[in-house]
Amino acid sequence: MPKPFTPKVVTANHLLLGDVIYQTRDGWTRQLAEAEVLTDEAHADLRLIEAAQQTGEVVGAYLADVDTSNGTPAPAHFREDFRAKGPSNYAHGKQTELN
Amino acid sequence: MYTYTDFDAAFVAERNRQFRAQVERRVDGSLTEDEFKPLRLMNGLYLQLHAYMLRVAVPYGTLSSRQMDQLAYLAEKWDKGYGHFTTRQNIQYNWPKLADVPDMLDALAEVQMHAIQTSGNTIRNVTADHFAGAAADEVADPRPVAELVRQWSTDHPEFQFMPRKFKVAVTGAENDRAVIRAHDIGLRILERDGVIGYEVLVGGGLGRTPMIGKVLHDFLPEEDLLPYLESIVSVWNEIGRRDNKYKARIKITVHEVGLEEIRRLVEERFELVKPSFAGVDQDHFARIKAQFEAPDFVQKSVGPFNEKYNDDPIFRAWADTNLTAHRAEGYSIVSISLKAHGATPGDATAEQMRVMADLARKYGHDELRVSHEQNIILPHVHRSDLPAVHAALKQHGLATANINLISDIIACPGMDYCALATARSIPIAQEIATRFDDLKLEHDIGELKIKISGCINACGHHHVGHIGILGLDRAGVENYQITLGGDHTQTAAIGERAGPGFSADAIVPAIERLVDAYLDHREDRSETFLQTYRRLGMAPFKAALYPEAKSVAAE
Repeated sequence: MPKPFTPKVVTANHLLLGDVIYQTRDGWTRQLAEAEVLTDEAHADLRLIEAAQQTGEVVGAYLADVDTSNGTPAPAHFREDFRAKGPSNYAHGKQTELN
Repeated sequence: MYTYTDFDAAFVAERNRQFRAQVERRVDGSLTEDEFKPLRLMNGLYLQLHAYMLRVAVPYGTLSSRQMDQLAYLAEKWDKGYGHFTTRQNIQYNWPKLADVPDMLDALAEVQMHAIQTSGNTIRNVTADHFAGAAADEVADPRPVAELVRQWSTDHPEFQFMPRKFKVAVTGAENDRAVIRAHDIGLRILERDGVIGYEVLVGGGLGRTPMIGKVLHDFLPEEDLLPYLESIVSVWNEIGRRDNKYKARIKITVHEVGLEEIRRLVEERFELVKPSFAGVDQDHFARIKAQFEAPDFVQKSVGPFNEKYNDDPIFRAWADTNLTAHRAEGYSIVSISLKAHGATPGDATAEQMRVMADLARKYGHDELRVSHEQNIILPHVHRSDLPAVHAALKQHGLATANINLISDIIACPGMDYCALATARSIPIAQEIATRFDDLKLEHDIGELKIKISGCINACGHHHVGHIGILGLDRAGVENYQITLGGDHTQTAAIGERAGPGFSADAIVPAIERLVDAYLDHREDRSETFLQTYRRLGMAPFKAALYPEAKSVAAE
């Protein structure tokens, strides 16, 4: 049996601000919870290609695993957790900017 | 201090103009990221986890108060009010926006600073002993040498696209405070029978394959320095491996080709290169040296220092820990700790930068240094002014008396900022510092260097920490490996791995067990952690780290 596909989101950094962004169905968001969750591998690859083509807006797009057990996408790895929140030594980055 | 010539100023202005145009072309879509990335890296601009990061060169760690004030201005205007001083004696801003970076570079140029060659496969910012020009044990000031090497290497047409980055460090003292044995090239100024020359080490480095530098030349004549350096870099640029970035540094070339063969190749190249120098470099070197004249040291009573020292135990503890002998009578070197217990190692707020700049202006002959240990140095302070300096530092959270102690930790930015990191470094440093401050043990423990890296690239110098901590990602969880017995000085050594790693929750208790083992086993207070480790070896420390293994073995 093929390995089950872990749900993913397309994430990148914003070209001008450098901050972390996530792809939605029709654009980009700064909140992981609002990202488009990709559950099909071929579709995920296609969405990544589409994201990577937007070179005037985004830098370094890639697919990141997410945990969807609570209904909304949450980071599956601690690196993505920091990207979604900001550094742990100061209340900087998204943890303050999104509130 | 070195002051830009018209040529230097025009060069930096032109580079800034070019970079401004490159940013504009990136923003308007004329340049792709693949085209832009090498251009931004050449100007010190990275893209990290949460934002861009601008790495500004502080050549050989030397700053004037005006430059420090300007660093504060950048932190306030374009960042979040602070900057991070690094193990390469540089400063990093963690939150700039792309479109602001050209303005930041112009603001730096106003005070003769830039970010050129703080990244990329080039010769990076040249580092030096942070006590240069002040240390009592110095043969000669290493900064003129570092400045000469900097000018030679900046925009050197042959060395802009090398197999990998290349780092040079210089010291003028036997006591190595510049980690020269862990650099691609380490230079030590020597004096033999009244003649100055250089010991040239090659092939040191940390990262995934740590190596201690080897002596390529034991006494290079002063006038041969640049042609010899050019020969070394040129030989490596030609034969260094470009097929595998992990094997590209000169340490691997030296290791694979052998020191003798490298020496032969360098000497052969030197014969070709030497005639092209024709002495112009030495004329220029003389002009550079003249700009590093010692300040006019004053002679006055040290009475106010002695009175304060006898009356105030807090001042006394600070003076005993944070001052170093100066070569001029009545003076001290002041180390300002950027390691307040629980703070981020190496970070300073804009306000703190201004306070330090002000102290340098008032009491320190206008000089500051950034140390590779992520502290700030006031190299020339008269002892009678130390009570006033201490009082000002104390008001701004800068008077922590912990230089060389367990809480004076080197920590890379780690996964709190860095895109390459595999785990966090900063919170581990914060927790260790807080824990040992609570225990009120650190002055009793004495000299102990903890160095923490958040990935195998070893920006936090963990290999040469008495206790090194390396943060890794083990199956999606942060895990910390401990090495013991590393040494960054003239007796440099790579630490030995103690055993399996520890989780983030278990690493601070593990460090505490290690320190307890040291306190139990040391002969007396004068035997440092490193000396005890060298006397006893790994066994007692391993037993302390892994008590469960010991109990299993006993069954």
